[in-house]
Parts: sequence; C-alpha cells; structure tokens
Amino acid sequence: MQLFPCPFCGPREESEFHYGGEAGNLRPDGEVTAERWAGYLHMRDNPKGPTREIWVHMTCGEFFAMSRDSVNHKVSGSSVLGDVEHGA
Amino acid sequence: MSASRLATGGSDIDRGCPLSFTFDDRRVEGFAGDTIASALLASGQAVVGRSFKYHRPRGIWGSGVEEPNALVDVESAVGRVPNARATTVQAAEGIRVRSVNASPTAETDRNAVLDRFARFLPAAFYYKTFMWPDWHLFEPRIRAMAGLGVVDPDWKPRQVSDQVNHHCDVLVVGAGPAGLAAAASAAAAGHSVVLVDDRTQPGGSLRHRGGEIDGVEGRAWVEAAVARLNSGGQLVLSDTTAFGLYDHNLVALNQRHADGRPDTLWRVRPRRIVLATGAIERPVPFANNDLPGILSADAALSYLRRHGVLVGRDIVVATNNDSAYEPALALAAAGASVMVVDCRREGGAQAKSGIRVLAGRTITAARGRNAVQGVLLDDGTTVAVDCVLVSGGWTPTVHLFSQAKGKLAWSDQLAAFIPGEAIEGIGVAGAVAGTVSLSEALASGVAAAGDFASSSPAPRGTGSEAMLGVVSLWPKPKAKGRVWIDYQSDVTAKDVELAVRENFVSVEHLKRYTTLGMATDQGKTSNLNGLALLADITGRGIPEVGTTTYRPPFTPVPFASLAGSRRGSMHAPVRRLPLEANHRAAGGVFQEYGGWLRPAYYGGGEAGASIQEEARRARQSVALFDGSTLGKIEVIGPRAAEFVDFIYYNTMSTLKPGHCRYGFMLSENGVVFDDGVLVRVDEHRFIVSCSSSHVAAVHARLEEWRQDRFGRDSVYIHNATAQYATLTVSGPNARQVVEALDLGAALDDASLPHMAVAAGRFAGDEVRIARVSFTGDRSYEISIRADRAEALWTRMRQEGRAFDAVLLGLESLMILRAEKGYIVIGKDTDGTTMPHDLGVAGPRTKRVNEFVGRRSLFTEAANSTNRNQLVGLAVREGEAPLATGAHGVEKGGSGLKSIGFVTSNYQSPTLGRPVALALIERGAARHGETIDVQHLGVVRQATIVAPCAFDPEGRRLHA
Ligand SMILES: [Zn+2]
Repeated sequence: MQLFPCPFCGPREESEFHYGGEAGNLRPDGEVTAERWAGYLHMRDNPKGPTREIWVHMTCGEFFAMSRDSVNHKVSGSSVLGDVEHGA
Repeated sequence: MSASRLATGGSDIDRGCPLSFTFDDRRVEGFAGDTIASALLASGQAVVGRSFKYHRPRGIWGSGVEEPNALVDVESAVGRVPNARATTVQAAEGIRVRSVNASPTAETDRNAVLDRFARFLPAAFYYKTFMWPDWHLFEPRIRAMAGLGVVDPDWKPRQVSDQVNHHCDVLVVGAGPAGLAAAASAAAAGHSVVLVDDRTQPGGSLRHRGGEIDGVEGRAWVEAAVARLNSGGQLVLSDTTAFGLYDHNLVALNQRHADGRPDTLWRVRPRRIVLATGAIERPVPFANNDLPGILSADAALSYLRRHGVLVGRDIVVATNNDSAYEPALALAAAGASVMVVDCRREGGAQAKSGIRVLAGRTITAARGRNAVQGVLLDDGTTVAVDCVLVSGGWTPTVHLFSQAKGKLAWSDQLAAFIPGEAIEGIGVAGAVAGTVSLSEALASGVAAAGDFASSSPAPRGTGSEAMLGVVSLWPKPKAKGRVWIDYQSDVTAKDVELAVRENFVSVEHLKRYTTLGMATDQGKTSNLNGLALLADITGRGIPEVGTTTYRPPFTPVPFASLAGSRRGSMHAPVRRLPLEANHRAAGGVFQEYGGWLRPAYYGGGEAGASIQEEARRARQSVALFDGSTLGKIEVIGPRAAEFVDFIYYNTMSTLKPGHCRYGFMLSENGVVFDDGVLVRVDEHRFIVSCSSSHVAAVHARLEEWRQDRFGRDSVYIHNATAQYATLTVSGPNARQVVEALDLGAALDDASLPHMAVAAGRFAGDEVRIARVSFTGDRSYEISIRADRAEALWTRMRQEGRAFDAVLLGLESLMILRAEKGYIVIGKDTDGTTMPHDLGVAGPRTKRVNEFVGRRSLFTEAANSTNRNQLVGLAVREGEAPLATGAHGVEKGGSGLKSIGFVTSNYQSPTLGRPVALALIERGAARHGETIDVQHLGVVRQATIVAPCAFDPEGRRLHA
C-alpha cells in the first residue's frame, strides 16, 4: 500500500484515494469535432515513466494533481489544481 | 530411519517440562521447546505425510519455513490450523496433529497404490486425460484424492485478529548474526528499530552452527544483543514472518501467538529496511531422493543441537560444498556412523577423525519403501544406511528483495541468485547477500543499515570461519529413476523434460505446466534445481533462464489475520435507516438495496402476497414509506444556478424558488447517470435529490465539476443525506393525513401544487414538504432532522389509521413506480441509454448552453435510428409476467438476433395483469407491434405499449 501526499491532509494510504484521470485532458466546450470529443473522452497517453495525474482524496473530497512514476510508483509531489488542470 | 532423542543436549528444549500430543491418533512425547517436527523425529516417526499427487510416503526434510513435506493439520483448543508446517509449529500439550492427504494415516495411506501408476500420471495429465466428456465429472474424485489439509467450514475465530500500523527508522528482517548486527548498530546510533524473526528463538544459524563473536560464544552473544535491544526500548518480535514487501517500502508482518490469540497483522513503514533473511539448503538430485530419512544436512544439525535429536545411526552425507562437514562431524561425535559422499574431487579437505569421505562420488539412487535403507553410488557400490543428509548448496532467501522489484544477479561462486543492484531504502545482509563467513555476515549487517548505522566497527567472528567451496550439482536430463525436484508438488526431473519436449521452455510456462514451485511452499527448496535442469535441457545458462516472479506472501497467512475486524457484518457495512427499529417493530423484513438496509415488505407473511397487498392498498387510500435514503446534496453559492444547469441535462436555472423539477444527470459520454428531483430552496440554494444508491457517486461528481470548472469560491456543496429522514405520504387521501400532522404550511393545491416545496414545522423542528411522487399518486415527501424523525413517523401512523394507511416496503413501491413507467437508472437503463431513448429529447434539441455530456448526444451512435428505447410490454390476457432479462428477438442472419430486453416486470394488483418495462430497438415508434420475447429457450409474444400502464393522464397526481 502506497502513501500519497494530499496537498490538504498530508501523506495518507492509497486506499483513501481515487484516480481521476491524466492531468491536462482539457474539456473542449461548444462545437467540437467528433474526433476532438472522442479524444477527450477516450484517448489517453498512458505514459511509461513520469506521469502527471488527477487524484481525489475521498476522505476530504479534494481533487489535486500528483506527479508519479508509472514504472516504479515513486511519487515526486502533489499540488492543488492549477491553470493547466482547470483549463482556465 | 531410526531417529531418536539423545540422553543429553538440545539448547531449545526443557527436559523438565515433558508434554504429549497425538499424531494420527498415536501418542507422541516431547518437551517444551520442541517443534512438532522435532518431537516426531524424536519419537521415530519416519513417515509424516503423503505427497500431493502420487501419495508417496514423505518424511521431515527441513527444520524451518522451507519444509516441503511435513504439512499437518493442527487442532487445539482454539481451532484447527490446516496445512501447518510441522517444523515451524511449537509442540504443545494435548494438541491433535494429523497428516494431510493421507487416509487413515500417513503410514497406512490407502491411496498409496497411486504411486504404482505414476507413469500414467505425468505432468499435466489432468489436462490431457479428463477433457472428455467433461472435466467436471472427474473433478470431485480427483480433488478428493489430490488435496492437502482439511478446512473446518464451521470454524469461527473466538476474537478478531489485531492489526497494527507501525512506523520506525529501521526494520530488520531476520535475527541471525547479520540482522542482529544491523539492529544493534542502528539502535546504538539512536534510531528506532524493529527486529523480526519467524522463529520462536532469535539467533538464526548461531543457534545450531558454532561460532564465536568478539570472543563470546555465539548463542551467548545473541542473548546479550537481544537483551540490549529490549532494554533500549526497541521492538523485537519473534514468531513473526515478514511476508510481503510492497510499494513505498511497506512491510507486512504476521505475528503468531503462543497463548492462543489469533495472529496479529502488522503494517510497518520503516525509513530503512534491512533484509537478513538467510539462505535455504538445496536437495541433492538422485533417484528416490524423496524417501523418508533423507534430510537437509543443516536441518539434521539443528535437530541435534537445538532438540537433542539424532536423526539416524548409519548416515551418508551427500554434498557439493563445505557446509555439510559441520553436521557430519557433529553427528559422528554424537554417536552416528557417518560417511560423506562429496562430488568434488578435492572434497573432504576438512575431514577429520570419525568420518569417512568419498571424494568425487555422487549418489545415483536411494532404496527403501517407507524409509531409506540404502544408497547406490555412481561407482556401482551400495551402502546400507538409515539416513541420508543432503546439502546441494544454498539458495539465498531473496523473496522480499524480489517483491520490492529488486533485480537478481547470478553468482557462479555461490551457484545461486543473489540480490543485484541496490534498491533505495533497502539493504541486504548475511547469507541472502551471499556472505559465507561469520565476519562477512556481521560486517554486511552494519553496512546494510546504511545511514542509520552507528560509527562503531562491526562485531567480528573470532572462531574458525565457515567456507563454502560449492560446485554445481544440478539435476541432469535422462537420469535413471525418478529424481524429485519439487517434493510438495510432486514434480520430477522427467516432468521437466516432458514440459520442454512439449515446448514449455519459458520458466513461467514450465512452472504452470508442471506446477513446479506452485505448492504451499512456493518452491523454496525446488525452484533453483528446476530451472537449472531447464537451462541444461534447453542449452541455456541459468541466468538466461531466469526465475519466476516472487509474490507475497512468503509463507501462507491466515485469512483471519488479513481480514482483521473486517469480517461478518463489518466486511461491507450496510447503511441503516434512522427508523430501523420502528420498521422492525412494525414487522419490516429487511434487505440490502444499494448498500442500504431497507424494509422489503412488512408483516412477516408470505413475501409475494404481502407485497401484492401493500401495492393494492396503496392505490386505494393512503400509504406511508420511508424514503430517507434519497440523496440530499445541497448546492449553495452565487454560481449555484449556473452550476446545476451545467450538471443537469434539463435546464434548471429557470426553476422558481419553492419549486422542484425532475431531471437527468448524464456522464460525459451522454449516457444517463442518475435521475431525480432538484429542489430550488432560494435563489442561491438547491438540493439535489439523487438516487439512493448513487449519493456518494453523485456527490463526487458534483465536487469534481465544482473544483475543476467553477472554482472553490463560487459554489459550495454539502452532502446532507444522513442528516435528514424523508418520510412520504402517498395516495388519494394523502393530503388529509398530512393536514392532520399540523405542520403549519398551506397544503391547498394553489399554495402547494405538484412539484412545489413548502416549509413547515413539526414539534418545533423545521420540516420541508415536497410534492413529488414516485408512485403516481398525490404524494408528500416530508424531510426532518434524522434524530427527530421517530416522533413524526409515529404521528403519521396514528393519523393514518383513520384512512387505513398501509406501510410500503421497497418491493411494493417498485410495483407502483413500474405501473407508472417510472424508471430506475441502472435497472431500466444500461450503459448506452441516452435521455432521448427515454423519451426526453427536448433539452437535446433546444438547449444552447453547455452541459455535461452534451456533445456526446450528437455523435453518429447517438443519432442512430435503431437505438434501444424505453417501452412497456403487455402480455396476453391471463399470462404470467415476462422474466427480467428476457430478450426481444427477431430473425436475423443465421438465427435469432436480440432487439433489446426486459428491464422490469411485476404483477400489478391494481390492473390485474403484469406490467413490464423494456429497452427495445426503435421501440418508441413501434407501439402496438407484437414481438417475440425469448427466455431460457421459451419464446412468447408481447405487445409494445407506452411505458406508463396506469393513469396515463396523471390525474391521480392531483386527485
Ligand atoms: Zn485530503
């Protein structure tokens, strides 16, 4: 069982977290092509190695971004959602 | 075999404390400090079990966790432990020990005849032989013959297993010389240390192999080191197995207790881990090397020194290394006649008086029926013996290192895999790291503590130091007779050869095809011999063949330990209604619905009749039911209206305060995710009333969109579901009952029309009265603080009496809603259902602002003309209801093709006929059409109708 750092609560066991998706998968609003919309819905990079992901800490309810290595499971850090993840 | 207890000796046993227990109903004497295995050996019990497949007689081989043969069921006052290793369980007064896979006893097993047919039972014979006509015909007999211990299905632990979370600076696994040196050094540097060992006594090899450290005799040094750790406040756990090493260096321990308490599970998060897990001696390959009386040489030394047991009188020691000479000399000194057969030409350089050494010789075969009686050497001579000790080299116990994804490196010098490149946070020390001498082991222990070691020098071995000098002595192909590789899985060298002939040349395939290494011992003694043979046959090097993947647990762990308190009702706790006791008092029969324990029906009579009666009476006068499970998620803030517009498929911002609206929430793929009523309390405050079983998921989605799209400051979300009870009054006389409750709110239809909300008070507490209906009748949902709900419910029932009010369980409520064509998401919809499939197409065509899932409603699939759409199905007069899940079918291709399926079906007592809902291809345009419906091979006819079968004009909502 891994320890994930919630930016609001500190390190907690992985069973308290839920995966939210790859960071930066911005929602395209309005009239977008079917290809673009399908990309948003279904296409994932699934990188081997360093990744940046959205997770939610279910016990506090907060979503955040976490940098993680998909090979060795090392967590290099986490942060509150920023502009990149918001698409703002 | 003629093992016996010596008159003196045995450091672990207390001869002043005799005890007795039974083995296969025979009385066995022993002493406190004996393991079951040492007591069995001392009593001369040669055969202690039968092998898994061939029912071969098997004896004790090892002295610890590596034991492949001596599996026993142990029954004591606290219950039965199946498949325990006799070598790791302490003997205790009065326990009943049974051999496994043997009937009636290990000595006189009636399935022993199977071994005569061994040539018909090679690897994978099940797959090849029992395919026709059906494996399941053979399975029960085969499972009964090829089994291990017996699980008692009625066993319940007397208490819950403790589970402990622990943090420390350094966790040391293994309390041998290397582990003790590491623990002592880290403790001396001021760090917190946990030292665990799976044996009852710490010390590892120092307990039975000689040794002198810093001028002190080995065992005395161990006692002093442990005493210092204990007095320094460090944690030393014996009988504790580190069975798993997980991500982020979490180590799982299972601790056994001698006092009958259930095992304790530890989750330890150390800053550094030191693995000092030792090494396991390997068997030597020769024909019939599985006969009782053939033991690990190290185990024989351990039984001699720790338990005062001499394993034989006429002993041959077969070896390829120097480590077997200490046992040989010690057993000779204890009175046995000992001859060493050393495969090395220069072997026996260490030989001393009292033993004979045959250098450059190997054993070809062992002879005997139920115990070894002699050996045939490769020069053709035979030797009569009652015991053979074997040492085929040492396999480092790399399991935990490998579980941590550590790469192994092949050492030619040790003829074994050892840990390769270091892993962050983990040090390896002692025999697992490939050290041979005591000084090396002690120094590696201190080094393995890394930054946590003290600056003091490591302890030093001051006696004579061990040597190994191992050469390869692997199993060879085309050997005569049956050379056992894996004792517990009954895999021979011939099985490995067969697997290779059939092209299972990957080590992972070999494992699965032959079951090599797949038994409860996970091949601790057999894996390396197996892959060395595979390497030989396939012309590869051993490192090229590689090992199979090491996975937790290192040794079996009781489920009770892993479960801890999460068992029985705590395994998946149900949510409970605040009024559960009231419903039970009223005869409520409870079932779980979406994680909630709710009354299915009342009265305790026959279920079907009770449910029909509730549904019938509900339409006649008035019904009461507990809808407290409905979601009540508050959405508050200046952008709340904008937020609910985005969340819902239906436009919600136009809703007037004091009113509510039914709507769908979609997923981004356009599929209906939830339905329910949204209440607008005031300009900036809404209450999302979502489906009972979806509350947590809906709440998470609202939070996700709030945080991702709206920001934390403009919308606030609060899940108040558990704070309120919602009690519902429904039926033609509902208003009269609610009037009688005296809630202080105007209930006339002008003030409180259908889909409006009013505030009232009951006994001083605020209540919210919502006119929404899931029955199709005039209904009032009254929400009140959960802790004040009982008084309101009691009053409702009192006032309801004058109107012959009926209590509705969830089952009759389902009939009422199905009569009306009201859907349950996930039951009447599936993972493709979009809102326009349910007849709600308006927002799709009219809405211009963005909402969740919008773009997906205009894909090619969403626009398709042959989508499954919600319909009702009517059967012919007098026919029984259709089955839920029955498929609408029509001719297509080579046979029938599905055109959708029945999602709900009930017998309606009010209509006197069945009602059904279904998702049928192009269903909305096919009302009146009769289709075939198939269920379990029977085809019936049904007519497509509108989903709503009762009061289609909706007059009763206002009646
Ligand atoms: Zn948190």
